[in-house]
Amino acid sequence: MNHYGIKAIYCYELARAWRTIMQSIASPVLSTSLYFIVFGSAIGSRIVEIDGISYGAFIVPGLLMLTILTESTSNASFGIYMPKFTGSIYEILSAPVSGAEIVIGYVGAAATKSVILGLIILLTARLFVDYSIMHPLWMLMFLILTALTFSLLGFLIGLWANSFEQLQIIPMMVIAPLTFLGGTFYSITMLPEFWQKVTLLNPVVYLVSGFRWSFYGSADVHVGVSLGMIALFMAICIAAITWVFSTGYKLKP
Amino acid sequence: MSDILTLEGVDKTYDTGFNALSNINLSIRRGEIFALLGPNGAGKTTLIGIICGIVNATAGRIVVDSHDTQNDFRQARKQIGLVPQELSINIFDSVWNTVHFSRGLFGCPPDDAYLEQLLKNLSLWEKKDSRIMALSGGMKRRVLIAKALAHQPTILFLDEPTAGVDVELRREMWAMIRRLRGEGVTIILTTHYIEEAEDMADRIGVINKGKLMLVEDKHALMRELGRKSLTVLLSKPITQLPTELMRDDLQLADDGASLIYHYSTAETDSGVSELLAQLQSAGIHYQDLQTRQSSLEEIFVSLVEEKA
Ligand SMILES: Nc1ncnc2c1ncn2[C@@H]1O[C@H](COP(=O)(O)OP(=O)(O)OP(=O)(O)O)[C@@H](O)[C@H]1O
Ligand SMILES: [Mg+2]
Repeated sequence: MNHYGIKAIYCYELARAWRTIMQSIASPVLSTSLYFIVFGSAIGSRIVEIDGISYGAFIVPGLLMLTILTESTSNASFGIYMPKFTGSIYEILSAPVSGAEIVIGYVGAAATKSVILGLIILLTARLFVDYSIMHPLWMLMFLILTALTFSLLGFLIGLWANSFEQLQIIPMMVIAPLTFLGGTFYSITMLPEFWQKVTLLNPVVYLVSGFRWSFYGSADVHVGVSLGMIALFMAICIAAITWVFSTGYKLKP
Repeated sequence: MSDILTLEGVDKTYDTGFNALSNINLSIRRGEIFALLGPNGAGKTTLIGIICGIVNATAGRIVVDSHDTQNDFRQARKQIGLVPQELSINIFDSVWNTVHFSRGLFGCPPDDAYLEQLLKNLSLWEKKDSRIMALSGGMKRRVLIAKALAHQPTILFLDEPTAGVDVELRREMWAMIRRLRGEGVTIILTTHYIEEAEDMADRIGVINKGKLMLVEDKHALMRELGRKSLTVLLSKPITQLPTELMRDDLQLADDGASLIYHYSTAETDSGVSELLAQLQSAGIHYQDLQTRQSSLEEIFVSLVEEKA
């Protein structure tokens, strides 16, 4: 195990985030705050409570999830895409680090960043809406697992992408819609029965539901199912990355 | 001298179906400077890429100091430093950070004193906090060298280290390469500049169209290089050499208008004056003399053309 190597990648990536702090922390915090102001305070006050929770508080977990998903994906994909783009990937490929160590470095850093960002947003949200956290440890676990899983996904996207457009297309075209339709702003029980069934095909539903359960103790699907879905999704990402490294696909000609 | 690096039957066919290397067998001796010469597209960068783990070989086996690059890649790679041909580096990093990163990546504990000395040796110490983008091209190349040396490798690959580098920096680089060799580092460099190979290398390999055409001690090549030819332009063409002048090293040109004599500068007596005296006594008059020395470049070009 080359722990100096892992540390080098991990610290390098965190330093990159620190260097671009406006973009990596300030801008997501600002945009999420706007959501809280508009949906939580302005419009939310005219919307009835959902499951006995005020609308402003109801959307906190979902919005947090939205940010974690998009930020994890884009952080991790950018992290591995940059060295591919500049050509400095040669150094990582020629170093005595294994595929697993490379993944731990990049994905670990991206997930760390997302978790820190998530906690900052959680604190900021407090300024606009009143919420409580019923199961803080579960909340933290969901936060970390989701950040890791979607950083893995982002890493895969970064490996796959051949251009900056491709790098952005999945977060924009897939993850954002899935999150909006995954019960961020509503409980899926508010949908007609048919659409409730369709919605269950959306993996984000399970994340948001489980996460919201850790806040308020109520959920669209059982929390165990949510946890199982995250584990499944994570396993798929790890399997895909293992396969990519074993073939050298997209990294080594 | 023992071998520090051996390649056996290395083959590379890219996904495009292009066969970039075929059956490369090569041994690099511990502590030598080995120059790999070859025209554009010969496969030099591909070969280095395969040794360093950047390109997957289609077939073959590579052993670095008794560590197989496949099964024992950690031990093998720890020993290798690579300065790539392209300026592949993140321009937003600072010099110090990028060198520090390289050292860690290769599994070495931090050693700021060593890195400081390294940057000083490469005249980069004043620039340690500058971002790479604020450096000149030559400085960027030196940063790449510093990165390659950050983990104190025992084998250093330099892929065209002096391409696009001015005369002064080139001289500095040569001095640095010699110093490293003095410290026991084995150096493998590629170059298009024959005089560079001539000046620096202990051994020279010539590669063309993916095939290793020759691996030769430089001095053996230089003996080859020491061959000269004397062309004697005759006043009147002759049809045949007189029998007393028939010898292996003397030929009559096809048009009969000149004689070509081959000799070696390595020998004390070139035999030129003797030949001229013989011509005189045979009654052959000449109007002009020309001598020519074959250069490594010519040897190289003729190799590349003949065997291709
Ligand atoms: N990724 C790749 N896919 C397909 N073909 C490639 C790839 N990389 C290199 N080649 C081909 O392999 C051949 C050898 O390339 P290589 O870069 O090894 O040459 P080189 O000897 O380093 O040349 P130069 O002196 O120009 O640097 C070239 O014909 C090149 O087009
Ligand atoms: Mg090359």
